[in-house]
Amino acid sequence: MWQVIYDELKDRNFEIIAVALDTGGKTAVEPHIRPTNLDERPEAARRITGWGESEWSRKAPPQYPCLIDEEHVVAGLYGMINVPSAVWIDEEGRIVRPVEVPGFGDDWRFMHRETFELPDDKAARQQVYRHVYVDALRDWAHKGEDSEYALPADEVRRRLQPPAEDDVLAATHVRLGRHLYREGHLEAAKRHLQEAVRLSQGRWNYLRQGLSLDPELVGQINVTPEFWEVFDAIGDATYYEAADLPGMPR
Amino acid sequence: MSATILYDREAVIADDAREDGDRLWVSAEDLASATGWVLKPEGLCKGEVCSPLPADGSWLDTEGRVDLTAFARRFGRPIVHDEEHSIWAFGESASARRDDLLSLQAPDFTLPDLDGNMHSLSDYRGKKVFLYAWASW
Repeated sequence: MWQVIYDELKDRNFEIIAVALDTGGKTAVEPHIRPTNLDERPEAARRITGWGESEWSRKAPPQYPCLIDEEHVVAGLYGMINVPSAVWIDEEGRIVRPVEVPGFGDDWRFMHRETFELPDDKAARQQVYRHVYVDALRDWAHKGEDSEYALPADEVRRRLQPPAEDDVLAATHVRLGRHLYREGHLEAAKRHLQEAVRLSQGRWNYLRQGLSLDPELVGQINVTPEFWEVFDAIGDATYYEAADLPGMPR
Repeated sequence: MSATILYDREAVIADDAREDGDRLWVSAEDLASATGWVLKPEGLCKGEVCSPLPADGSWLDTEGRVDLTAFARRFGRPIVHDEEHSIWAFGESASARRDDLLSLQAPDFTLPDLDGNMHSLSDYRGKKVFLYAWASW
């Protein structure tokens, strides 16, 4: 879907770099980057992701760089704990918005777990999260450092969450797990991912990655009962914290 | 014995390694190919920078191997060992990551696209970059 935004903003000295945090590698991501069935994407997916009908009708395969990060290196570097996650980086290579959830809030969780249907009021909220975020991104693409959404250095530092010792140890387990996965040692790879989850609580990327390494699940979102069991254990705790932007619903 | 080392670059297999509990001893040649640090009389050196070995000889064994794990710990790098497969992975130092982040300079990375072409974040310097992470899972 970001191709629609890219088409609109690419002449504004603006680039999208997509990074797939995916130990399953090319096999897992290629069908998503080069889809053959874009027109068949269900309406339920649009409502969950909050894109408008006009944007949805213009969806197209990405023309911006789509990179593959089998070791979740970028997640470690920027402190990403789930997907989607995004960071804004200015022309001088400075972070002007650290990691946040790009255009998503937590109303998706009211979807029906078999049909993926979302009630109207929740779908409307998902659209607001999306539009507030994308409008902020547009503003920055047009105005650069003069955009109110490009945060001053002090505020960026306040929001940054540098890694603790256990976080870098967890990332090392993931690196080793990816190597084992590539060498065909699936169970050993999963053990290292589980250790990463234990060390670095709340890192959904490690947890969800570990749930999608079996051959029948590679390349697919895992919404099996195994996922819901873990998800339900968080109770009312937030899963997707909407980006801290003016106008974002709380 | 042989051990696999995941240090800075791609995996390196050290053929003449010795595992000793939580220590990994490797030949100077293997250490150089895994880490880029070369054993010299003044210590382990990379370019102009040298890091001296302890004077008590505790980083060298009788057959000339170097304790790679002690060297990595000096830089605060976390170490994970998979005993079953004899693989040693070395991570990033938390304090180095912290200092990098607080500088507000976006950490660089180099990754392949679907066709295997490599891209670095720094290739896009001069543009506003929306770095977007997603996954199939």
